[in-house]
Parts: sequence; C-alpha cells; structure tokens
Amino acid sequence: MRRLRALLRTPLGVCAVVLLLLVLALAVAAPLVWGAQATAVDTDAIQQGPSGAHLLGTDALGRDLFARTLVATRLSIGLALLAMLIGVTVGTLLGTAPAVLPRRAGRVIVAVVNIAVAFPGLLLALFFAVVFGVGTTGAVLAIGFATAPGFARVAQTLSASVAGRDYVAAARIAGVGRLRVLVRHVLPNIAEPLVVNATIGAGAALLSFAGLSFLGIGVQAPSYDWGRLLGDGLNRIYTNPAAALGPGVAVVVAGLAFNLCGETIAAALGHRTPLRRLLSRTSAPAAPVPAGADDTDPVLRVEGLSVRFPTAVGWAEPVRGVTFTLGAGEAVGVVGESGSGKSLTALAAARLIERPGVVAADRLEFAGRPLLSAPERELRTLLGTSLAMVFQDPTTSFNPTRRIGRQLAEVAQEHQGLGRRGALARAVERLAQVRVPAPAKRAHQYPHEFSGGMRQRAMIGMGLMGTPRLIIADEPTTALDVTVQRQVLRLLDQVRRDTAAAVLLISHDIAVVTQTCDRVLVMYAGRIVEDLPAAELTERARHPYTRALLAVVPDLAADRDRPLGVIAGRPPEPTALPAGCAFAQRCRYATDECRSADPQLTPVGDDHRLACWHPVTDSGADTTDARISVEGSR
Amino acid sequence: MTTELRPALPATAVRAWRSPWLLFALRRLGRFAISLWVLVTASFLMIHLVPGDPVRAALGMNAPASVVRARRELLGLDDPLPVQYWHYLQGLVHGDLGVSVSSNESVASVIGQRLPATAQLAVLAFLLVLLIAVPLGVTMAVATRGGRRRGGELGFAVSAVVLAAIPEFLLAVALVYLFAVNLHWFPVAGQQGPLSFVLPVVALAVGPAAVLARIVRVEMLAVLGQDFVRTARAKRLRPRRIYLRHALPNAVTATLTLAGLMLTSMVAGTILVENVFAWPGLGAKIVSSILAKDYPMVQGIVLVYGVGVLLVNLVVDVLLGVLDPRSTIREA
Repeated sequence: MRRLRALLRTPLGVCAVVLLLLVLALAVAAPLVWGAQATAVDTDAIQQGPSGAHLLGTDALGRDLFARTLVATRLSIGLALLAMLIGVTVGTLLGTAPAVLPRRAGRVIVAVVNIAVAFPGLLLALFFAVVFGVGTTGAVLAIGFATAPGFARVAQTLSASVAGRDYVAAARIAGVGRLRVLVRHVLPNIAEPLVVNATIGAGAALLSFAGLSFLGIGVQAPSYDWGRLLGDGLNRIYTNPAAALGPGVAVVVAGLAFNLCGETIAAALGHRTPLRRLLSRTSAPAAPVPAGADDTDPVLRVEGLSVRFPTAVGWAEPVRGVTFTLGAGEAVGVVGESGSGKSLTALAAARLIERPGVVAADRLEFAGRPLLSAPERELRTLLGTSLAMVFQDPTTSFNPTRRIGRQLAEVAQEHQGLGRRGALARAVERLAQVRVPAPAKRAHQYPHEFSGGMRQRAMIGMGLMGTPRLIIADEPTTALDVTVQRQVLRLLDQVRRDTAAAVLLISHDIAVVTQTCDRVLVMYAGRIVEDLPAAELTERARHPYTRALLAVVPDLAADRDRPLGVIAGRPPEPTALPAGCAFAQRCRYATDECRSADPQLTPVGDDHRLACWHPVTDSGADTTDARISVEGSR
Repeated sequence: MTTELRPALPATAVRAWRSPWLLFALRRLGRFAISLWVLVTASFLMIHLVPGDPVRAALGMNAPASVVRARRELLGLDDPLPVQYWHYLQGLVHGDLGVSVSSNESVASVIGQRLPATAQLAVLAFLLVLLIAVPLGVTMAVATRGGRRRGGELGFAVSAVVLAAIPEFLLAVALVYLFAVNLHWFPVAGQQGPLSFVLPVVALAVGPAAVLARIVRVEMLAVLGQDFVRTARAKRLRPRRIYLRHALPNAVTATLTLAGLMLTSMVAGTILVENVFAWPGLGAKIVSSILAKDYPMVQGIVLVYGVGVLLVNLVVDVLLGVLDPRSTIREA
C-alpha cells in the first residue's frame, strides 16, 4: 500500500502504472479479442505492407501482423514473469542460504554467486539454453537461472544488513533457530526491496526473452512472441519494415513500463523530498556600523552580511546581518555553538558559498576590493594568493587522488605562473616551513599517507604558497587530538607573526580562541552578540550567552565529581526564529522586552560591542555565580 | 598480517612483501585464477549436462549408430569423467578446443578467424560509450548542480531512461531501417570497410552510454559536494581545472566499475547485434552452433567470451587500484 502510494505521487509514476496496467490488460484480453484474427490464414493477402485493413501488414501466410503483435503480449509477458519468478526464487534461496547453512557451505555459495555475477546475463542465458535445450521451456529456465545470481547478490547484501540489526541479534541470542530467524525476521524485511528489484528485473527478462526468441533460441514456431515476430520481420525489412518495428515498439514499451515502475518505487522509497516552497526574499536589516574600528585600511570589511538557503519550509537565514572588520595582522576569533552561523560567515567572507545558498551584504570587501559585485574571474588571482583557507577536517579536505606536493604546487602554477617543477620546489619549501619532516619525500605522497596533524600543517602550507593577507581557519583543530591541536595553533600563530597576515579563527572552543586571538566575536543564531578584546573576555564579557559559554569551560579548579556543565536548551532553528532576542528563551535574565524586541549590536565602550537588553553588570563576578541554568552531564 | 610471520627474511624482501601493491596484485590474480577454473569447469560440464546423448542430438536421429559411436570415440565421451576432464584441461593448455561436430573444423581455428571481428566491434563501441558518456555526464552535473536547470535535468533523465530501455538488437533493427534501407548511407549487413562498422557500433553503444552518463552525473554531483572540492575552490582554480583535475578522477572509481560491467555486457550484446548485421564474428557463430547442436563449438566460444569477461574485470580492478590509491591500501 505504501509502495503504491509512493508510486502514485509523481507524474512519472502515474504514467508507469497506467502503462503497466495497460500492458497487463492487453496480455489478458488480446488473445480473446484478436486471437481468431491473428491465426486466420488469408492466401490472398500474403506479405502485404501496412494498409487500412492490416496496420502492420501481413506475414507469409497472410496473417495480420498487428493482431499477432497484440496477441503475442500474453506469451511475451507471461514468459518474462515466469522467468523472473524462477530467478527471484532461486536467487533468494542462494542469497539467504549462507545465513542458514554451515559456514563452509555458505562460503562456497557466496563465492560461486560472486563469480557468476561477473558474467553478463545473456552469456549465462546462452549457456543454460544449451543445457536445457532450445525452445520455450529451455529459454524460460535459461533466463531464470541467468538472472538468479544477480538476485542472489541483492538478497545477500540485504539479508546481511538485516542480520546485523539488534532485533535479529536478540532473536539469535534468545536461541531462535537460524531457519526461523531467516523466515520470521530476515525475509519479511528484505521482501520490499526484492520486489522492487524484481519489477525492474521483469523488464530486463522481457528484453532478454525477446533477444533469445529473436536469435531463434527461444519460442519456436508455431508459437510466437515479440522476439519471434521481430526476427521474422527483420528478414523482410526491405519490403515491410513495419513488420519488425511493430513488435520492436511493443517490447520497448512493455520493458519501459516495468522499468519505470520499479525505478519510481525505488526512488520514492529512498528519499522523499517535499516540494520546496520558495518564499520571497526579504533584505536583512543593516546592523549599525561600529565607530572607530575602520579608520585604518582593513583587510576584511564585512557589513550586514547575510546567508540564506532554501529549505522545505521557506528560506532559512543562518547568518543574519553580521558586521565586523579585520585589520592587517589582526587575529580575530569567532565562537559559538554549532549552527550559530560562524562557519557560514567565514565561507561567505571567502566567497565560497555555493548555490543554492545566497549571500548578501551591504559591504563585503577584501583588501579594498568589493567581493560581491566583481565577477569571480577578476578576483581569482587576488583571492588565490592573498586569502588562505584552513578547513576543519584535513582528512577530507585534501583530494585523495592527488599527491600532496601537486596540490600545493597547483596554487603557484595557477596564480603565479610558475612551471611544474618550480611550483613543486616551492611546495616542498612550504612543507618544510610548516615543519613537515622530509618534505621532498612527503610531497610525493598521497594525503592518506599523512597523519592528521601533518595534513593540517600541509593545509596551512598550502595557504602560504601565495602571500596571504588573511588566513581563515574554520575549526582547524576540531578533528585533531589535543596534543596535535597545540602544534597546529602554535604554527598558525607563528605564520601570522612571520607573514603579518590577519587570521580569522572559527572555533566552538572558547579556550582556543582566547589563547590565540586579539579579539573575540561571539555568535548566536546567525548574529554577533558580543565583540570584545580576547584579553578582557573573562573580566568584561557582558552578554549572558558569552558568560554561559565561559561558565561551561572546565578549568583545573573544577570539581571533577560534578558533571560537565552545558547550556540548557537549544538554539532556535534558523527557519523558526523568535521575534525578539534569539537567546531569550534560554536566558535567565530575559524579560518581555527581550521576547518582543531584537537587540542590535551597539558599542558599549572602546573595543566592545554588545547586543543585549540586560547585560550582566557584575563584571568582575566569579563565572560560576554568573552561570545561567547550567545543567547535567554530556 | 602475513608480515609478522617472516622475521627471517632480509629487509628488502620484507618491504616488498609488505608492499600493498604486491598483496593487491596477488589477491586479484588469485581471484582471476579461481574464476577461470570455475569457468573452464562449467564449460567442460556443459556438454555433460545436456540431457541425452549430445552426439546423437547433433547428428540427428537418422545417423547410423556406428557413426555416432565413432564420433563419441573421437570426442572421448566414453572415458570416465575425470579422465575426460584431464584431457580437456590438457587440450586447453595446448590451445586445442576440440573439433566441430558438424563441420569437423578445429574449434580453435574457427575462433581465431572470427574473434577479431567481434573484438573490434566491442572495443570500438566501448570507446564510443566513454566518449559520449563522460563528457555528457560531467557537463550535466556541472550544469544542474545546486538545483539549477531542473527542466534540463528532467529531460536528460527521461531520455537516458528511454534510451537505456531500448535493447541493442532493436536499436540495430531501427538503425538498419533508417540509415541502410532508407537513406543508403551505410551497408545493411556484413563487414566491408570502415562504413560497415558505424551502425553496429552505434547500436551497441547508445544504451550503455545513456546509463553511464547518468552514473557519471550522479557521481560527479556527489564528488562536487565534498570537502576537497571546496579546498580546490578556495585555491581559486579555474572551474575547468576543478571539474576535470580534482572532481573527475574521484568520480572515476564508480564510473570505471560500472564501465567494466558495461564492457562485459557489451561483449554479450555483440552476440545479438552480430546476428542483426550478419557480422562475421563469434556471436553469429555461437547462435548457429547452438541451433545446430554443435556442442564443442559452443563450448569453445562460451569459454572465449568468459575469459574475455574475466580479463575485463581484471583490467578494471587493476586500473581502479592505480587510479584510486586508497583502494589498494584499504584492502591490504
């Protein structure tokens, strides 16, 4: 029932079902309606071309080919289904037998199936056709056995995945026999995908059967199916092409009907995507420009940056009006929980957000050049040489099929006109600079031959191929273990001192940020809620969220018998933001004002911006007292 | 795993033994050998699985008993099965595939004459498939990523499904009708000159190309969503370089696996297409031999097709190992 409904959800599915029902109806009805006409010999109308009386012409005995094509539906479909039934039965037996049989016997079956599966179906069918003999019975058995290995493989994979599930394991531990486990637990759970596969397989069997009959190995005269009619028609293709094309079209249509049904069921069961409702875009409210910070020429200037993505329920806006600047050589950290929009902010600033994401900003400038208005082509060299990225997971961020050295060298080849050799030499130099041991040898290795920390250092080295003015590091240490984290952070710090590049460090770890950065931006639900010097973070942080973040950081004095603190509640979904302050529902200081009006980021002193209606005022207070509803273990 | 057991070997030998490449190659060769043995045994048993007397079946009911007996003798069918098996294997080693029941020709020489025509057809069709499917799949992936051009995507998917559903022999018939019978551009049948290759090759290639193009597109889309592509974009490489040098090699693994399957099924497809075009290859011969119950001939040709399939699989596996260095390591 579920399958049927899934099938009827798409227009293609409806088409497929209608087509299939038509073919099946024809299979049942055609011999009754046109049976007499199909066998009526008319010696006056031998081998005629198409005409009003005979749509596809006539054969050597003057029989109407259109009627014969229609009547042949029953035999063609029937034989295909029969062959498929044999295939599915034998296949399922072979595929599930290893679960029941003693281990060694099971292994032999698996091995044989694996070998048989490598051979194309038609070859197996021919083999079995020889064994079972030429003719209808032989062909049904041949195609059935030829499709069996494929089904065995499917059944094997499916039952292996089911066998790993908890309830099967539980049944086994409870002493339920293997056969019973197979029948009661495994088979019912693999039935559905097997049926889907069988539907597609029926289409394939239909085509194979037509092929065998066409070759003269399948159905023998006086019986006839589409393949037989096609084979006879081909001999007369000069005089009456319709005789071959008619049954040909029938085969294709019927085959398609089975295929499409199977495919649409599979697709519908696999992933159901509700129709996207695209809401009209609204422009993000511009955040006020902070005074004083942008006197000098900044490396990165971001004003009113927003990022939107279409979702099932409208546009989500995970970054909503972010404003900050980054001076030359400055290190700024961005902290916040996952989903706060910090990574997207970094990607948007680097122009790396891809469709269907949409980036908008009042101003987005890197090294004095606007990033959003200029076409990608013009910015390529500037960004390629001056903006370096370090991503979270060094394992997935390197291309697994290319050598590390080449991946670094590419930058110099693309943007600095170096040749292959020169670029590689520079890559080796940079690897040495980021303290990769034996850099010349390492440059010739693939990423999987590097350790995690070494990969991340190589990633930093890749950023150094040009002359970076800004390094954006998006959670660069999250995927690494603690000792390696320190090395990578120290390296970043050193690179910053050596090259005078600014650093934008994204992290959910407030401790990491305070150690490495000059300034900290705290993000919550797509907004910057507080911006202050890192050195003053513990003393002067005034946003309740910032204080909560600080409070959950364990220190040496923390009571180890108590569970680690977490901030109660969860951040709001980007698609369902509250009217007022996004943090209000988790904030112990929240009032009605917080719930109705959204606080804007405004300067509250030198180097300090804040978006809160009720800042925490006891600035020097112990963080444990200031913690807000910190609860239970992680 | 085996490495720990061999401390006595000199260091270089240990290193060679440890090489994932060597292990990988050995494993693949082992698999090939086992499959080959199963294939040879199956083709040997085929003649014995035929119900009744295969010689009587081949020569017909009216053949004198003495002739049947003589032929059985010649084929060694009266020896015990293990002896026959041994002789069969011995023959194979010397390139002796037996003698045709109906024509008395050597099976090996018939295969030698006809194999090139079939191989040419299969290889050309395979090249055409790659030539169509890879650029088309990549282009479609790039053009439709991020939900762009939904109409184009739908059109591509539907036409690919329809084209893939047309079996090669039907397409062959349609092509003959259109381009040979009506337009006279190409010969209707036979192998005479380069032009005669066009229709059979196209008939073989269209369906697999449609399937492969879909796979390439899906694989490319998956690869384009991965982290290292973002890294490549962060390096501000030219889009063409990102697609062709960074993404495509990573989409090749699945594509190649499927292309291998396709090449093997194309080997079988040639059987049908050869019969449409009266192509002087193995496909036409195997069908006529099956109908004539010429079992030694069928046996020999099945063996050749089977070995072809196994070789394709072996080559694909090795290529995968070269192109995707992780796969060798993962297995070792």
